[in-house]
Amino acid sequence: MSKTIILGVIGADCHAVGNKILDRAFSDAGFNVINIGVMCSQEEFINAAIETNADAIIVSSLYGHGEIDCRGLREKCEEAGLKDILLYAGGNLVVGKQDWSEVEKRFKEMGFNRVYPPGTSPEIGIKDLKNDLGL
Amino acid sequence: MDAALLIDFGSTYTKLTAVDLENEEILATAKDLTTVQTDIMIGFNKAFDKLKEKIDLSNVNFVEKLACSSAAGGLKMIAIGLVPELTAEAAKRAALGAGARILGVYSYELTKHEMDEILSKNPDIILLAGGTDGGNRDCIIHNAKLLAKYIGSVPVVVAGNKNAQEEIEEIFKEAGVYFKITENVMPRLNQINVEPAREVIREIFMEKIVEAKGMKKAESFVRGILMPTPAAVLKAARVLADGTDKEEGIGELIIIDIGGATTDVHSIASGEPSKAGVTLRGLQEPYAKRTVEGDLGMRVSAVSLWEAAGTRRIKKFVPNTPYEIEDRCRYLQANVNFIPEKEEDVEFDEAMGMVATEMAMERHVGIIESVYTPMGIIYSQVGKDLLNVRYLIGTGGVIVHSQNPKKILSAGKFTMESPNYLKPTNPEILIDKTYILSAMGLLAEKYPDKAIRIMKKYIVKA
Repeated sequence: MSKTIILGVIGADCHAVGNKILDRAFSDAGFNVINIGVMCSQEEFINAAIETNADAIIVSSLYGHGEIDCRGLREKCEEAGLKDILLYAGGNLVVGKQDWSEVEKRFKEMGFNRVYPPGTSPEIGIKDLKNDLGL
Repeated sequence: MDAALLIDFGSTYTKLTAVDLENEEILATAKDLTTVQTDIMIGFNKAFDKLKEKIDLSNVNFVEKLACSSAAGGLKMIAIGLVPELTAEAAKRAALGAGARILGVYSYELTKHEMDEILSKNPDIILLAGGTDGGNRDCIIHNAKLLAKYIGSVPVVVAGNKNAQEEIEEIFKEAGVYFKITENVMPRLNQINVEPAREVIREIFMEKIVEAKGMKKAESFVRGILMPTPAAVLKAARVLADGTDKEEGIGELIIIDIGGATTDVHSIASGEPSKAGVTLRGLQEPYAKRTVEGDLGMRVSAVSLWEAAGTRRIKKFVPNTPYEIEDRCRYLQANVNFIPEKEEDVEFDEAMGMVATEMAMERHVGIIESVYTPMGIIYSQVGKDLLNVRYLIGTGGVIVHSQNPKKILSAGKFTMESPNYLKPTNPEILIDKTYILSAMGLLAEKYPDKAIRIMKKYIVKA
């Protein structure tokens, strides 16, 4: 059975275009994409992952508040019994022009497995995911 | 003359409706107290005698005798899912739409303690869901095992992850559980699929529950107890709104049924956002949706209505009442057969009806919220947008017997005081004057065209 991923835009962010592009790209790559759409809370990502027995949660954020919105997601996943689930994040995750390596470090400390800067092509994420899932 | 006898074995009254099938007219209605403690046919026969006084039965040939029932507590169910907001909620909605009273909703892996609680509630049917198709299997299998161990003879409807079905089938077969498997109530995330589960619940209701509630005798007289009464009302609502191949329906509608114990709201409407730029959130809503407010009722639930609404909210509708609100509600709850005659009593009942309508509608309709984001204000909608629904139909004792049904039902309309609730803005208010909705739901099982035409004739403007 193909691997299931939860895809969505977190927080009060309503950028739908990138979300649709990612949906298409990951679906074409053979993943079972559960797209929960825009403006999703952490709880919605987690609930979706529980019901669908997902292998990864892929969070997008474009409006610059991604860091605040993503904080605590890993802890809540632990709490919900989603022990080994992969967490990816990408987009304009932080406000202003910040040093990417710093941003990446902060997200990794927050428990994210992979973090992507603005302008990353979906193919890179797909390749990493296949790697991480041993496909 | 060919006629149909439609019977509603209600929790309090057994109501009969005789319909002339050729001329599509109501011949007569009659009611008497339901006698479920002794023999349900005693009350039926009394009501039938009253019917005979109204019409000459010598040239009436009842070609159909159909019944629905909410006697002996109606259909009591437990819903079990995985995540509370997702499959557990979907399971609850499926059970409500099948006309059940929900005794409890459980989520995640059940504990032994919860299992004891379920058993102590004495449900008629348990609906077991959990996991989308291809999704989580562990939880529903854990719960199936626990049910198999303790549940005894209570029928179980399995409507969860299709990839867990076969294993559950084995578990239940081995334990001798009576069960039926049907399609998942939530095959994909946020997409709900309640109809197949509703259908199976109804089958079990007809096969097993009717018997368990001592209505076997009635079954031999009527063609069969087809469904729980609330399911019959929902069925009537649906054919009236949608129409059939031959007969046009009247379009999207809401039915408010204010009873002594509960206030039911049925909506037949897609509920899509009516304004541009609104994002929909949360679980998809059923097109035919039923909600039940167990704490809003005119008699049995009068005190809980006061508790839920508060004194000031009731007072708003009846500012000059001589009664102390709380005392009066306690009095009505203690005297469930009280029929208001004096003006102040009528006024008080109307106020309670308005509060029940207002609150039941608030809980049924969708809510719109404005979210402030760096890009400006965004509107997000949870639930059904019923702003443009054309008809608001009232039924239930307080409505049918009221001089002012329009006033009571108007409390269910959209107001600027609480603009977040997506209630209908300017619906035409109709009244089920002859109290035929549940009867028409039964008739619609076999004669949908006739049922629609009769409803169009007898459900009138307030």
